[in-house]
Amino acid sequence: MGYNCVVCVKQVPDTKRITGQAMKEDGTVNRAALPAIFNPEDLNALEEALLVRDRHGGTVTVIAMGLPAACDVLRDALCRGADRAILVTDRRAAASDTLATSYILSCAIPKLKPDLVFCGRQAIDGDTAQVGPQLAEKIGFTLATYLEELALDGRSARVRRNIGNGYEVVRSRLPALFTVMDTANEPRPPALRRALKVKKARAPAEVAKAVDGALASAPAEDKAAEAKRRCGELEKQGLLITQWNLDDVQADLGWCGSAGSPTKVHRIQSIVLAGGDYKEFPPTDAGVARLIGELIQDHTIG
Amino acid sequence: MIDVNRQGEVWVYAEQESGHLSDVPLELLSKGRELADQLQVPLAAVLLGNKVKALCGKLIQHGADRVYLAEDGVLSQYQTTSYTRVVCELITAYKPQICLFGATAMGRDLAPTVASTMKCGLTADCTDLQIGEHTDLQTKEHISNLLLQIRPAFGGNIIATIVNPHRWPQMATVREGVMRMSVAERGRTGETVAFPVKLAGVELPTEVLESHRQPKKVNLKAARIIVAGGAGVGSRENFRLIWDLANILGGAVGGSRAAVDLGYVDHDHQIGQTGTTVRPALYICCGVSGAVQHRAGMQESAKILAINTDKDAPIFGIAHYGIVGDMNEVIPRMIKTIRSGASLSAAAQAASNA
Repeated sequence: MGYNCVVCVKQVPDTKRITGQAMKEDGTVNRAALPAIFNPEDLNALEEALLVRDRHGGTVTVIAMGLPAACDVLRDALCRGADRAILVTDRRAAASDTLATSYILSCAIPKLKPDLVFCGRQAIDGDTAQVGPQLAEKIGFTLATYLEELALDGRSARVRRNIGNGYEVVRSRLPALFTVMDTANEPRPPALRRALKVKKARAPAEVAKAVDGALASAPAEDKAAEAKRRCGELEKQGLLITQWNLDDVQADLGWCGSAGSPTKVHRIQSIVLAGGDYKEFPPTDAGVARLIGELIQDHTIG
Repeated sequence: MIDVNRQGEVWVYAEQESGHLSDVPLELLSKGRELADQLQVPLAAVLLGNKVKALCGKLIQHGADRVYLAEDGVLSQYQTTSYTRVVCELITAYKPQICLFGATAMGRDLAPTVASTMKCGLTADCTDLQIGEHTDLQTKEHISNLLLQIRPAFGGNIIATIVNPHRWPQMATVREGVMRMSVAERGRTGETVAFPVKLAGVELPTEVLESHRQPKKVNLKAARIIVAGGAGVGSRENFRLIWDLANILGGAVGGSRAAVDLGYVDHDHQIGQTGTTVRPALYICCGVSGAVQHRAGMQESAKILAINTDKDAPIFGIAHYGIVGDMNEVIPRMIKTIRSGASLSAAAQAASNA
């Protein structure tokens, strides 16, 4: 039997290559100043879902919450083999913490009627590893964190979980949500032939922006008509990325965005790493000998 | 969520496995004691398991005034559903103001699920916890005695302080080793409150089929000397030098997150916010730039020696000794010096004359 798989993917700032002012004055992340990438472990989550489809059949749908720019990771996922992509985007979702984020996803994902949901273990921008477990709790799916191996028998999943100081094998009743470790698999590369096609996939928000640029001086209704026409064409070719806002997923706004987030930023300190007052030794034989001598003398070593 | 309850206790989740407490809950009790004293409320530990009552004494010796004990055969192995249910029932019944969990594999599974069920906030991997006041930017509402949850964020480029003003309990996870464990106080007394477990007939969605534990290969926390390498080491082969120096000094080997991500050294060796926090007598770091995440895990070392080719590397900002140079040349020189016992005493002599 086939499984309907949903994979949660996130576009994240590449925290290893931060340029410019990383934070805005209100303490939120200035995403514009950062190179954005596919969250690494979400690629492992996608691969695990694709492996399920390879073995058992079914579908793989990727869903991302964020700005329209997150369509980049959705297109990447389509290149790698996902069947369908969904963007959940809404200004009112801004400043959502993990609880609000998992709430919004919990409104969207059941619409796709999945048997299995896959998330990366954690995202590199926050490293919290919270959204996966919280989403499972909210949609009532069995949670299996830290997945390294997966076998399915129609009613349950047999999961090998990496628990840091060893591993555990559990049987989880379906439907289930898995958070996937980077050690679970080797993500397949984007398929070139697929890439030629799906690189043209767009979400309505991207189409609207492109039309805005192309017909800058045209009246609003002309722009709207042109955007609608382009979206219709994309849809015919199967290249329209589904776009949902909070109303589309029937989310209660009280649980979304800043209002729905119990955690608040109290303070942000940028790190100024200044040179310190240390005792310098030259990298020569004599310098090293003096340093070692000093460490021996004060009984730090020896 | 529960209402703001100023009389609420400070709670520490007492993670145990097969009847053994790990260090994290004991470390958290030490920090919890400080917080509870500041708030003038009791400190309690929450202990779930099967036949684990014997652990209550140790929790009390480490600072708990009270232990909530939930014992049942169904709790003999950790499972998200059963444990979440009991912890949430406890929170609903006793309305604590703060709940702290170890950021272990189990804690990072349990705490978010509890927070989701209670619809309250949760801050992961805090490196410090304080009591302080907060003014809401929009409403200008001023609230005192909140838990300030402090953590590096964003790849360690900032330090964020998070608060959870309205939807309680205030929940946070903390990695092992971050908080200092205080010495057990023999003869300290406290109360044990047995909490009835109502899971009979509840069908759990998970079944543990196999469980394999391997003891940690490295014990970074106990090491007197640690030699750590970062991305600047350049390769797993070059990392051999880190091992050589550690061996000759009788020390342990550590790595920055970058070194672990690059595959130079295994994750067990990771030092920093998302790894282990250490306080050795001597910390030698080679090719470590000194990102905040790494510093969070080693800056309290008694002596820090930094070896880096970049004289502007932030690591020199917290170093006591520094060598600006290539570790591929410096480490062999260090090993040579240490090996030649004769030159050692001479070196010590030279240092004392200097």
